[in-house]
Amino acid sequence: MELYSLTIHELQEKLRAGEVTAADILDSVYQRIDQVEDKVHAYITLMKEAAQAQAAAADTAIRNGDIKALTGIPIALKDICCTQGFTTTCGSRILHNFVPPYDATVVEKLRASGAVFTGKANMDEFAMGSSTETSSFGVTRNPWDLTRIPGGSSGGSAAAVAADECIAALGSDTGGSIRQPAALCGIVGMKPTYGRVSRFGLVAFASSLDQIGPFTKDVEDCAILMNVIAGYDPRESTSVNIEVPDYRSFLSRGIEGLRIGIPREYFIEGIDPEILASVRQAIAVLEKAGAKCVDISLPHTEYCLAVYYIVAPAEASSNLARYDGVKYGFRSQEGRDLLDMYKQSRSAGFGDEVKRRIIIGTYVLSSGYYDAYYKKASQVRALIRRDFDEAFKKCDIIATPTSPTAAFRIGEKTDDPMQMYLSDIFTISANMAGIPGISIPCGFTGDGLPIGLQFLGGHFQEGTLIQAAAAYEKTAGMSALIARQKQAKMNFA
Amino acid sequence: MKITRTEVAHVAHLARLTFREEEMEKFTSQLNDILLYMDKLNSVDTTGVEPMTHATVLYNAFREDVVKPSLANEQSLANAPDPRGEFFRVPKVIE
Repeated sequence: MELYSLTIHELQEKLRAGEVTAADILDSVYQRIDQVEDKVHAYITLMKEAAQAQAAAADTAIRNGDIKALTGIPIALKDICCTQGFTTTCGSRILHNFVPPYDATVVEKLRASGAVFTGKANMDEFAMGSSTETSSFGVTRNPWDLTRIPGGSSGGSAAAVAADECIAALGSDTGGSIRQPAALCGIVGMKPTYGRVSRFGLVAFASSLDQIGPFTKDVEDCAILMNVIAGYDPRESTSVNIEVPDYRSFLSRGIEGLRIGIPREYFIEGIDPEILASVRQAIAVLEKAGAKCVDISLPHTEYCLAVYYIVAPAEASSNLARYDGVKYGFRSQEGRDLLDMYKQSRSAGFGDEVKRRIIIGTYVLSSGYYDAYYKKASQVRALIRRDFDEAFKKCDIIATPTSPTAAFRIGEKTDDPMQMYLSDIFTISANMAGIPGISIPCGFTGDGLPIGLQFLGGHFQEGTLIQAAAAYEKTAGMSALIARQKQAKMNFA
Repeated sequence: MKITRTEVAHVAHLARLTFREEEMEKFTSQLNDILLYMDKLNSVDTTGVEPMTHATVLYNAFREDVVKPSLANEQSLANAPDPRGEFFRVPKVIE
């Protein structure tokens, strides 16, 4: 068994036992990167030298008996998390040379826990996309089938974990950007409650929706990373100051008596029949393990997408006003005067999807349209949240498919923005309501593509999601199934 | 038509973006599709519903007004495309 294929908890055991060093682990991961990265293209920037120094420091710490939660574990960071001294591009030409003067809080926390950073992972430009095809730095390919997309926007992070080019990764989720690529790449991805993880140093897309979260190979690793990144940050005024539980303590609680809500609006026509069958089978496994299924309704589900594509672009149009070619990033040399310099820099620096959303956002906030679009959407958003409040009176968690289809082909949806937006129909509602969600693998299509199962919970109920996800993973024997599939199907050809 | 070329051009100016002719054509048509889809919100009765603009926080986050260390000038200017001394230089604003 190669070291790169192991999980955080497996590697930590080996480090503690003195069987391997952090340098061995990093060598193994970089060997893997050398083997497959030119095919997958999961990274925008590799940080090999700095990683070697971090691994050496980890080995010194271990010799001194100082092992922390992530000591010596190679982790990839979505290129939206600021890293002091290392380019943070956000997948955009406009930030191609931006070197942040500080670390994001999550990066600080990972550093303090002994993590080793492999590099900065590819992503849709400014996290706007569901396929990682809008990146200014080339597409990332799905390790399960190189002709297909890995999902997005955190497609580089998900592909890096699935292809063993890192042990775990961080991503960000504004409308499904962690859960959808996790589903399409056959790994675990969690979007925490809004306010659970600090957004300080996360390049802003839609500030009332963005949240950072982990990509891991199994649920235990998800709990380990959540223990490190969750918590209040005085520098981030929307982070919430409530106690962080030990998420690992939820891993072996089982699901006897847990009430699982099955929302009828998420099991509809238009979903790939293979996905539907797989998710229904997963629910049957949960019932067999002692969970109680409850039929529920989330009546405003069909409006989520419309609300999202008003609220998110509105916030984005405001957040992205800062890219003007003055303080950092790309400046066009074409500008005749100041105004023209702004226009030329932004028009050459941003890609089409970002421009489309800036225009939508500016339009829905503009005088005469604000009430019809932005205000209306914010009201319907309140109703979407109310749906969840009502539902969680009847159940502890909600189970749904993560994505209506498995990974689609590169180029299949790039010409039709509405089709691309529909990839997120099952994930957007959690961002609207601010609740946590997790996607875990629950099977494979006939073509060998991974399928994801999503659990949603009430605010700050990440522990319950981890509890249910761990129970499912164990009962269904998911880790062994994925290992077998990987052996048989993941050939990078 | 939900949005005309003239309106797209106006909004583009507000957003400090410019488009070539053929881009304009494509964008206007795509924006029309997207805005038409938004129409479905009109069928929701939102009478008396308070708009929701924040995900969880229902109170303000106050802090003491104390001076804390901030970035040094050279750090703040390190990423600037055209720094001059202690300043960000931009093209001429007035003739």
